[in-house]
Amino acid sequence: MNGQLLKVENLTKHYPLGTGFLNKTVPVVRAVEDVSFSVEAGETLCIVGESGCGKSTVARLLMRLVEPTGGRVLIDGTDIAGLKTHELRASRRRMQMVFQDPYSSLNPRLTAGQIITEPVENFERLSRKQRQALAADLLRKVGMRPGMMHRFPSEFSGGQRQRLGIARALALQPSLIIADEAVSALDVSVQAQILNLLLDLQQEMGLAFVFISHDLGVVEHIGHRVAVMYLGRIVELAPCEALFANPVHPYTEALIAAAPVPDPTRVRLEVPVEGEVPSPVNPPSGCAFHPRCPLAVDRCRIEVPPLVPMADGRVVACHVRAPAADTSGRPVAAASSSLTVG
Amino acid sequence: MQMQKLAGNDVLLDVRDLETHFYGEESVTRALGGISFQVRSGETLGVVGESGCGKSVTALSILRLLPKLTARTVGGEIRFHGRDLLKLSPREMRQIRGNRIAMIFQEPMTSLNPVYTVGHQIAEAVQIHTKASRSDAMAKAREMLRLVRIADPERRVNNYPHEMSGGMRQRAMIAMALACSPELLIADEPTTALDVTIQAQILRLIVDLKEHTGTAVMFITHDLGVVAETCQRVIVMYAGRIAEQASVTDLFARPAHPYTQGLMRSVPDRRHGRQRRLPEIPGIVPSLREPIVGCSFAPRCPFAIGICREKTPTLRDIGPGHAAACFRAEEVMGG
Repeated sequence: MNGQLLKVENLTKHYPLGTGFLNKTVPVVRAVEDVSFSVEAGETLCIVGESGCGKSTVARLLMRLVEPTGGRVLIDGTDIAGLKTHELRASRRRMQMVFQDPYSSLNPRLTAGQIITEPVENFERLSRKQRQALAADLLRKVGMRPGMMHRFPSEFSGGQRQRLGIARALALQPSLIIADEAVSALDVSVQAQILNLLLDLQQEMGLAFVFISHDLGVVEHIGHRVAVMYLGRIVELAPCEALFANPVHPYTEALIAAAPVPDPTRVRLEVPVEGEVPSPVNPPSGCAFHPRCPLAVDRCRIEVPPLVPMADGRVVACHVRAPAADTSGRPVAAASSSLTVG
Repeated sequence: MQMQKLAGNDVLLDVRDLETHFYGEESVTRALGGISFQVRSGETLGVVGESGCGKSVTALSILRLLPKLTARTVGGEIRFHGRDLLKLSPREMRQIRGNRIAMIFQEPMTSLNPVYTVGHQIAEAVQIHTKASRSDAMAKAREMLRLVRIADPERRVNNYPHEMSGGMRQRAMIAMALACSPELLIADEPTTALDVTIQAQILRLIVDLKEHTGTAVMFITHDLGVVAETCQRVIVMYAGRIAEQASVTDLFARPAHPYTQGLMRSVPDRRHGRQRRLPEIPGIVPSLREPIVGCSFAPRCPFAIGICREKTPTLRDIGPGHAAACFRAEEVMGG
């Protein structure tokens, strides 16, 4: 089955700083600014970016754990913003979340079995027998022994706990799982186990993932499409292979160049980008990346670049590499002037 | 080349059979089960492994910063310029720590004092270890901030840690660590908490400063990519022991311990294709509370044979500058 499972339109979230009781204008943190994307059934969309780029806020907005300042989130065509509490609960059957920290996201006083069957018990009463059968089934799905359902979270390793977090997310048989840095806290050998599990589950159950991560190696490995965020906005959204083979936005390029590669024969020439991410309270005018961008021209300091579709199906927000006038889609090769920083 | 001159063969730090235990209410955790290695002056030695392998305990044991009530180094020697650090008085140790051996930590926010300015803290380190006056020490602090490429050091010297970004705080930590021109810098996961573009900047800074000052660096990390980009030699640790030791090129080209191999294969790598299943290391790390019979990796090892479950393999040479603690290292390396 193909079709848009999730559609996000112009999603925006501003957090006010302080209450503004005495000040007339309250400064706001522009956490997410005008973000749009869609996810198809069975697809993995990755969102990458550095701290403060808004990727975790997007995850929370998708689950409606926080209310958006603007924009829409549509699941199977239904806008979740307008839903009443009980309808929202029903929509969460379609969409579940896996969290980063497998230590703080499991209730230490519940057994593994109780933890993973709890989502279902929110919707229907289970007999003791049904609950045990469900727990056993879920544990098997995530590669654990059913006998483990009576243990408490403290008796499990980090990797096993993350498996429990995934089992809990699977309990309601969702079509979409939002994984916010789900493998970041794990050692690489355990990370490999969990990534394999996610790939297996996707194949078996046709699951879609919104996979949020700062780790480009992991993203390249499991993503179908990748959205790169910088300071609350998507700067490039492209099919995974194309993005890594030929990044168009200078920030994407810098991010890929900055990731350490486990190959000592590779010679790193220069630091890919100088400076640090500016504050989202007072983002730079125009393109937020312009103060760090080696290609920046005057226009970048004034105008926010729109996301422009390119020939190979990607969208890029860059005045230099993807000028807005050129919507017909020019060859990407022409846009690859090299990025060097003095 | 300056680097070749500096990376000589004179041994700066010589660790022999180091054993550190942690004491719980009813149990003893053998965090370090007798490790031996050397750091040569001017080189960068990587120490890599996963959580609980003992890499941070190694650093804390060398600097004698282990928690007093729960941990103790129970055996071995730590020779620095030939003198055993374990035999020094607390006073003598203080003259070495922060002065001739300095350390930087993963989380710069918790290792800087929040109630003093960054300049004050760097100057304090200088004053403790030299006879510098207050104003000379502050001048040194400004010079150090410039050296670690903090923009506007005149102003930043008066900043409190919370007024700086994570990357800048880590630069300030490095400035403080290098202020007394240590011969050895121990860096424990110094870029793990940083974003990838900032990590690239800090790694570059550490490499540049090392070439500039000739300080030897012991670089502790879980990230094989960071090892590949910064280190000349590498120690791979597993369950409180050294599994393999090699030059960085040999380690990546010819890993000789099954654990090293497993670790490298489980990192996603575009050269091996996307969306495929990653080779896993089955099972989990053994508990260090119970004595381990045989090789600690044997229960997870695809190469394990009878002898691996009975005898503990010792680190043995398998090539020039290349050693592995595995009975079948030659086969592992060949296959």
